[in-house]
Amino acid sequence: MTPEWRRLLILLVVLITVFPLNGQAREERMDDPELQQRFSDLADELRCPKCQNETIAESGAPISSDMRERVRQLLREGYTDEEILEAMVARFGDFVRYRPEFEPRTWILWLGPFVAIAVGIGVVVMITLRTRRRTKDESPVLSDEERQRAEQWLRDD
Amino acid sequence: MNRLWLFLPLALAITLGMVLYFGLGQDPSKLDSALVGESVPDFQLPLLQTPEQQVGSEVFSGKVQLLNVWGTWCAACRVEHAQLNKLAEQGVPIVGLNYKDERPAALEWLEQRGNPYSTVIYDPEGSLGFDLGVYGAPETYLIDTEGVVRHRHVGVVDQEVWESDFKPLYEEYRDDS
Repeated sequence: MTPEWRRLLILLVVLITVFPLNGQAREERMDDPELQQRFSDLADELRCPKCQNETIAESGAPISSDMRERVRQLLREGYTDEEILEAMVARFGDFVRYRPEFEPRTWILWLGPFVAIAVGIGVVVMITLRTRRRTKDESPVLSDEERQRAEQWLRDD
Repeated sequence: MNRLWLFLPLALAITLGMVLYFGLGQDPSKLDSALVGESVPDFQLPLLQTPEQQVGSEVFSGKVQLLNVWGTWCAACRVEHAQLNKLAEQGVPIVGLNYKDERPAALEWLEQRGNPYSTVIYDPEGSLGFDLGVYGAPETYLIDTEGVVRHRHVGVVDQEVWESDFKPLYEEYRDDS
């Protein structure tokens, strides 16, 4: 490998490993590793209201940085994860949670897919049962009487 | 009768299709505010023009007002400003929230473009903005006499938005009081 190629390779590796950190690269880490862990989990679960399809952990928008700062502050003040999520929902709406609360309003969201699958399976089972029953009724085996009639026709030909 | 059940998946698919189809027409950047129907959160912040004077949520009691979140860094606020001046001329009280801005720039802005605000709250850290759930400027809120948020609009308030979204509510709450 020529030195140029090696340099290029190193540059690539550095770029690739550095990019995922961009959102919060210059921000403090929390001293307590346990709090830092809870912080990352929360930051991965909150959606940036401005950029829509990024978590606040990934996003470089100013509002995300404010939200991260507030999450850290609330963690330091001893709030539970649930309380912190509620505080964010109270300000920015249900939209900020990637996993919305399970409540009557969101039942269709959480249960809809399972209901659809159940209905689908139900329909398939019904159709199968019905065709099976029908094929049993019209059994290909002829009764004695039918066989006699069939033989009669064959002879007459 | 039993056969009708076979149409259930079709009916479900059509319903789902319709829901998704109407969803397409909505602007995903407009979030429903969690704050409509709630009181303006508590705060203590200085005024823009007179920094020694602190105000709190009492500025929102007594009359129906607009709260407009703006900053000199916000390009769309520039577009909106003429409309705000016009509303102020018509007698609509507007409280300004100068959001994440610098005092000299903000003062100069009001000097040059006119000041439609009855009061301008200075919030350089964006703390009240955060509690309001502001995620971009401009944002405009309609606040009733009790200090309760009745409507929120993210983006520029132009004549059309004013007439369709704000004016009916503004008149309704003003006449109620």
